[in-house]
Amino acid sequence: MAASTRGTVLKKRRLSLAALRESTTAQGLALIAPTALYLLVFMIVPMILVGILSLMTRGPYGNVVYRLNFDNYTRLIDPLYLRILMYSIGVGAATTLITLVIGYPLAYYIARVPARQRNVLLFLILVPFWTNFIIRIYAWIMILRTEGLLNSFLLNLGLIKVPLDILYTPTAVLIGMVYEFLPFMILPLYTSLEKIENAQLEAAADLGARPLASFLRITFPLSLPGITAGSILTFIPAMGMFVVPDLMGGAKTILIGNLVRNQFLTARDWPFGAASSMLLMFLTLAMTLYYTRKVGFSEDLLV
Amino acid sequence: MSEFVIELVDVVKRFATPEGNEVTAVDHVSLQIRHGEFFSLLGPSGCGKTTSLRMIAGFEWPTSGEVLIDGKPMGRTPPFWRPVNTVFQSYALFQHMTVFQNVAFGLEMDKTPASEIKHRVGEALEMVKLSGMERRKPRQLSGGQQQRVALARALVKRPKVLLLDEPLGALDLKLRREMQIELKTLQEQVGITFIYVTHDQEEALTMSDRITVMNRGKALQTGSPVEIYERPNCRFVADFIGQANFFAGKMLAFDDQGARVAIPALQTELIGQPVGNLEPGQAVAVSIRPEKVRIAQEPAFGSNSVRGRVIHTTYIGSNTHVLLELAGGVRINAWEQNKISTLDPKAYFLPGQEIWANLFPENVLILPED
Amino acid sequence: MSEKKPSAWLRLFSALVYLYIYLPIVLLVIFSFNKQKLNVSWEGFTLSWYQELFRNQQILLAIRNSLTIALVSTIVATIIGTLAALALQRYRFPGYTLTESTLYIPVIIPEVVMGISLLVFFSLIGVRLGLGTITLSHIAFSIPFVALVVRARLHGFDKSIEEAAMDLGANELTTFWRVTLPTILPGVLSGALLALTLSLDDYVITYFTAGPGSTTLPLRIFSMVRFAVTPEVNALSTIWVATVFLVLLIGQMVQNRQR
Repeated sequence: MAASTRGTVLKKRRLSLAALRESTTAQGLALIAPTALYLLVFMIVPMILVGILSLMTRGPYGNVVYRLNFDNYTRLIDPLYLRILMYSIGVGAATTLITLVIGYPLAYYIARVPARQRNVLLFLILVPFWTNFIIRIYAWIMILRTEGLLNSFLLNLGLIKVPLDILYTPTAVLIGMVYEFLPFMILPLYTSLEKIENAQLEAAADLGARPLASFLRITFPLSLPGITAGSILTFIPAMGMFVVPDLMGGAKTILIGNLVRNQFLTARDWPFGAASSMLLMFLTLAMTLYYTRKVGFSEDLLV
Repeated sequence: MSEFVIELVDVVKRFATPEGNEVTAVDHVSLQIRHGEFFSLLGPSGCGKTTSLRMIAGFEWPTSGEVLIDGKPMGRTPPFWRPVNTVFQSYALFQHMTVFQNVAFGLEMDKTPASEIKHRVGEALEMVKLSGMERRKPRQLSGGQQQRVALARALVKRPKVLLLDEPLGALDLKLRREMQIELKTLQEQVGITFIYVTHDQEEALTMSDRITVMNRGKALQTGSPVEIYERPNCRFVADFIGQANFFAGKMLAFDDQGARVAIPALQTELIGQPVGNLEPGQAVAVSIRPEKVRIAQEPAFGSNSVRGRVIHTTYIGSNTHVLLELAGGVRINAWEQNKISTLDPKAYFLPGQEIWANLFPENVLILPED
Repeated sequence: MSEKKPSAWLRLFSALVYLYIYLPIVLLVIFSFNKQKLNVSWEGFTLSWYQELFRNQQILLAIRNSLTIALVSTIVATIIGTLAALALQRYRFPGYTLTESTLYIPVIIPEVVMGISLLVFFSLIGVRLGLGTITLSHIAFSIPFVALVVRARLHGFDKSIEEAAMDLGANELTTFWRVTLPTILPGVLSGALLALTLSLDDYVITYFTAGPGSTTLPLRIFSMVRFAVTPEVNALSTIWVATVFLVLLIGQMVQNRQR
């Protein structure tokens, strides 16, 4: 009896193994299943819950009352919040633009030096990229604060009489943001510039293009996917960032990321926080879709 | 033991394309391959030769029909349970293993004792002249050497059949020629059946005992190199193997020298050898190979002789290739062997020269039109 | 791209950018050896901040928490993500495009969105926040990164080596262990390294999913630097930067040797 049961079990197992062997669809599904399930539970479901929460009502004690309500979204049009939104977009755009202006020539330079040197230069970009980002902010706090290194340096040189107040200003936030996101801009730019074959540039020169024309007509258009990837990787996290404003902007600078965080942890208005978060999410997804459709985008620039 | 080591019985293989269509890669193919044969599957790319090989190896399963190895139907037996081994077109060497580890892999899978593995790997590497390279990694070897490792790795398992998928495709011409001879010698030495997939007709003719010519999933003709070249059974085979001149014609009647065909373009009749089942009145393709066209000042006795003019000549050393225009504006190629050493240009024909093209009946093949 | 010599201006500009990138880090390191507590000017060399760092129980606990989370989440995410990369690179199945685009969500959306989603999720199902919830969250954002990195490395994978292994008598499992995995291992390792770094580095998502007693290193550093500048943080930062530098250097050397 036991033996025959075991026999059937074995046969069943062999059958299912055979089925797996024969169906490549089944193999693919078996391999993707853990990821699909995990992301469903820990990403999709939580996001749907936030969506639902954004339509609920805040109770008198900061609790959530399950009553359908669209006020959370209409509140976002309030000039106070609209200003935060515009300011966030402004900071994100400024960060992107500055990192692009600094990063493009550098990426171009790295792509043009001999291979050995190139590896060293890339390595030097990677080190800060892989180093903790709060540490990187801290380095700038050390430099910028009133009794910091920059001020003591300038005072010692006699260039200024009174310490400059840079830390806890919007300028400081921008300095921090640019420093944070520069590697995210440089790496995709480099990848796309490095792919451009020398032969294409030689062909352009052969056909009479001078260096500037060859850059504008060949190099720049071919690097557009890198610009897109770098801009997405910079703009979106910069817009949602709340750590840099927290540490370097003082209480004066509030971005949409801070707004979301505050609603959840200090104001305890979860439904409104959820609505702001939904807004942020849709904004970023829409922007990503728009740019990827328009310019084209290759995934290997991301990682 | 079965007479045939490999049999394909009415095998069909269909694939679904990503666009949702279905393509038939192998279309009702039947083959019988004998023990110890050097057997080639020859055809243009996409003809189904590699798919047929992969079905023997077990990487693909037939949609219908059956593959038999040594008389045993294989059904859906996975590759690791089949007594055949493959030499891949890309060599497929394991880059993270040394030459020794690559060759030993198959024996390890059979749980062969370590001492025997060492001995047999040594033997196999000696056979392919790679002794002393045991500790190298594949990327430290030249293309030819990698090819030999792939060969040793497959042969060390002493398979019933060795399957080779265009193994010489990546090598340069000189090395390829050398390897062709070496492979053939090796096959005779080990006595294992080789099934060799190639699109190179010269390679197939040089090495094979028998050849199957494939096109569009169908096995068109199977035979010895001489049979395939001298008696192709259809227009495609005649055209694909070597070169041939073709005339469109109509079967008239059989006679004691073969058969008579009307060639409207030449406004004449030709006598030639009928191949396959032909009926009077049927549309046929009449073929003659360029080296079998005899150019002369006079019509020859017992030959189909057609008046013509030299259009263009190309001297290529051993031969002169002559482009002729026959009656009715039909152009054919004729290859004349340069049997006498001379600098006299007349010996190599001159454009504009009026000649006779003698097409002897034994050289003219009458094939069914595709 | 061209190996024509870049112009002098471009060289100078690039040198300045590198100075901009490295000056703060170098200052950070130098001042970790400074005797002065306020860190305003150089007073003299000392290693005392390092000693103090290793006596700070809160920091040691945070390090232990961070390493535990990073180790567990890296292992789990690497396994799951590698399987997903194999599935996406090699197979077609129902829901392919959907899963593929889902993988990009954590890469693209701001971390704060994912952080609060997880906070809402965990509090609605009533799980106590702590090391467990942090680890589950880190796995969630690491899987896509691992999958994307490994998949990128799978692009040039020659499937015939697997067929060769099977042809030589290896079944599917043996083929995977002996041939597939060793071949894709560099990709898997760089995926794992990325997952490890992301986990050790993460502040935002950890911030929303942490509970009492589960403070990680980034959370601890944040609270230390929020209102004060302390050389202890410099010492910690120096160790961190040095570790990253060494790990990357070893990684590069391994890669170069493989070529």
